[in-house]
Amino acid sequence: MPEPTAAAVRQAPTGVIHDIGYQRYQGPRLGRRQVFGALYLHGLRTAFGFGRSAKAKIFPWLVVGIVSLVAVALAAVRSQIGEPVATYAQFADAMSWLVIFFVAVVAPELVSRDLRSGVLPLYFSRPLPRSDYALAKLLALVTALWLLLGGPQLLMFLGAAFTTKQGMRGVWNELLDLLPGLLYAGLWALVFASVGLLVASLTGKRAFAAGGVVAVFLMTTPIVGVLSILPSRAANELAGLASPSTLVQGVGIWSLGDLLVEGDPGEMMIGGFGPVYALAAVLLVAGATALLLARYRKVAS
Amino acid sequence: MTLIATQSLTKTYGGRVTALTDLTVAVEPGIIGLVGANGAGKSTLIKILLGLIAPTSGQVSVLDIDPTTEPAAVRARVGYMPEHDCLPPDLSAAELVTHLGRMSGLPRTAARERASEALRHVGLYEERYRPVGGYSTGMKQRVKLAQALVHDPDLLLLDEPTNGLDPAGRDAMLALVHRIGTEFGISVLVCSHLLGEVERICDTLIAIDGGRLLRADNISAMTSATDVLAVEVSEGTEELAARLAELKLPVARDGRLLLVPLADDGTYDLILGAVAELDLPLHRLDQRRHRVAELFATRELSHA
Repeated sequence: MPEPTAAAVRQAPTGVIHDIGYQRYQGPRLGRRQVFGALYLHGLRTAFGFGRSAKAKIFPWLVVGIVSLVAVALAAVRSQIGEPVATYAQFADAMSWLVIFFVAVVAPELVSRDLRSGVLPLYFSRPLPRSDYALAKLLALVTALWLLLGGPQLLMFLGAAFTTKQGMRGVWNELLDLLPGLLYAGLWALVFASVGLLVASLTGKRAFAAGGVVAVFLMTTPIVGVLSILPSRAANELAGLASPSTLVQGVGIWSLGDLLVEGDPGEMMIGGFGPVYALAAVLLVAGATALLLARYRKVAS
Repeated sequence: MTLIATQSLTKTYGGRVTALTDLTVAVEPGIIGLVGANGAGKSTLIKILLGLIAPTSGQVSVLDIDPTTEPAAVRARVGYMPEHDCLPPDLSAAELVTHLGRMSGLPRTAARERASEALRHVGLYEERYRPVGGYSTGMKQRVKLAQALVHDPDLLLLDEPTNGLDPAGRDAMLALVHRIGTEFGISVLVCSHLLGEVERICDTLIAIDGGRLLRADNISAMTSATDVLAVEVSEGTEELAARLAELKLPVARDGRLLLVPLADDGTYDLILGAVAELDLPLHRLDQRRHRVAELFATRELSHA
């Protein structure tokens, strides 16, 4: 864009403004809850690239496309062979890598961008409290992740419901399978959003933030690997606590049982430590959220 | 109503760095200039007024509300334009100002309308739909001003609004601030390290230095009775001085200049008459306003 000439700068603003006149605003002013809602919706739209450039839409929708395609394929195979290839919860587990990459792109988009451009003083000089900013962004990311996993689960459900041979009873049974799956997707969303957003909020550089998110989620898996081959049964059964992904799977195995592992315990054993996994997940989400709020009490003041 | 009042306001960072010391001021609505060198405590004062940081001791009220206890109530009625770059480059000015309007509690349609109004008032038209990243510094400053204006505040806090602008841009920005203060009915606190800039548009001037109040007063009180006429003749300066003294005009010498206090328009006639009578070559006759800077200069000298 060409720089405006000195003459243009001198002439442009004056005169015209004088003619129009300023109008005071007499309309309603919304309260804290509506402002929070507006920021939340703005965050959710940002997560999927709405209201942003076409470039910002590519990655989120690529991931959405892949998970939907997998869900449609699973539903199609199931309608052919007559039995489920993967349960709803197993589908969420299988998609965890894509969820990680989605978080790595979207979390920096939500918070690192604002840190880098220095726009935060413009938010914090408005009535909205700092904690509301952080929580609205977190809730937006949780919702985006839950939609990312829950949407395809719904596709699988629709596929199953329309091809079931047991009538309404089959649909009902399918729904009973879907609901725990959706809850499990919510757990994935909570854990990944809280940890991912905390990591992203530490830096204004999006590339660093994305790298940090991937590192936290993927670099911890070797630790799980090492712990699970130690010659101690307790260490093996607690190994999953070391990484967010295996932590979520541990909670899933404990709470969903055969919806996730189907009789065969698979490679992951948690023994009797299910409640420990659940507690660890709660602590992880609560701790990450507390640290996120602490981060936003300090930043840009 | 008192616009801004502080009582013994003190802010120290970490108990060591003192940003403000015992600052007591009370100003009425209007355009207020806050002047001081870099590091004088201007930005600290603004952040305390916004309730972004808490003072170490002392009281503060903005629009009769205490920002330390009710920051949200203060911020709802105040618009803030930060000194530093604060615009996301990939958003358009219209999107950004609309979003920030919503963050100030405007409903969706009202936010959109007020955003385009605010941008038009600061002189951005079609360019408001382009990404801010491509804007000139002058346009970016205007967007920053528009976002402070979008929710129709009662007070604007402008931190160095002319920073980074060329002389023409500075004049345009100052004219805009003056218009907001006079025609829009919004009080403005303008922060600057350039006294010459703000004194042109302010009603009230607060000067701080090293966190201490230097002076806070109405600008007319500072400059009243200081308008003088400067007369310069190519020759016969002595004769003219004597002649003017005869006419009971208190003449003062300043190098080759004769300084005559300006009582009314009659003073011009008397001087011109005297010059014509003596048939002297008049080189210059102009009104000279005492710069506020001179007031501070003498005051600072007396401090030392």
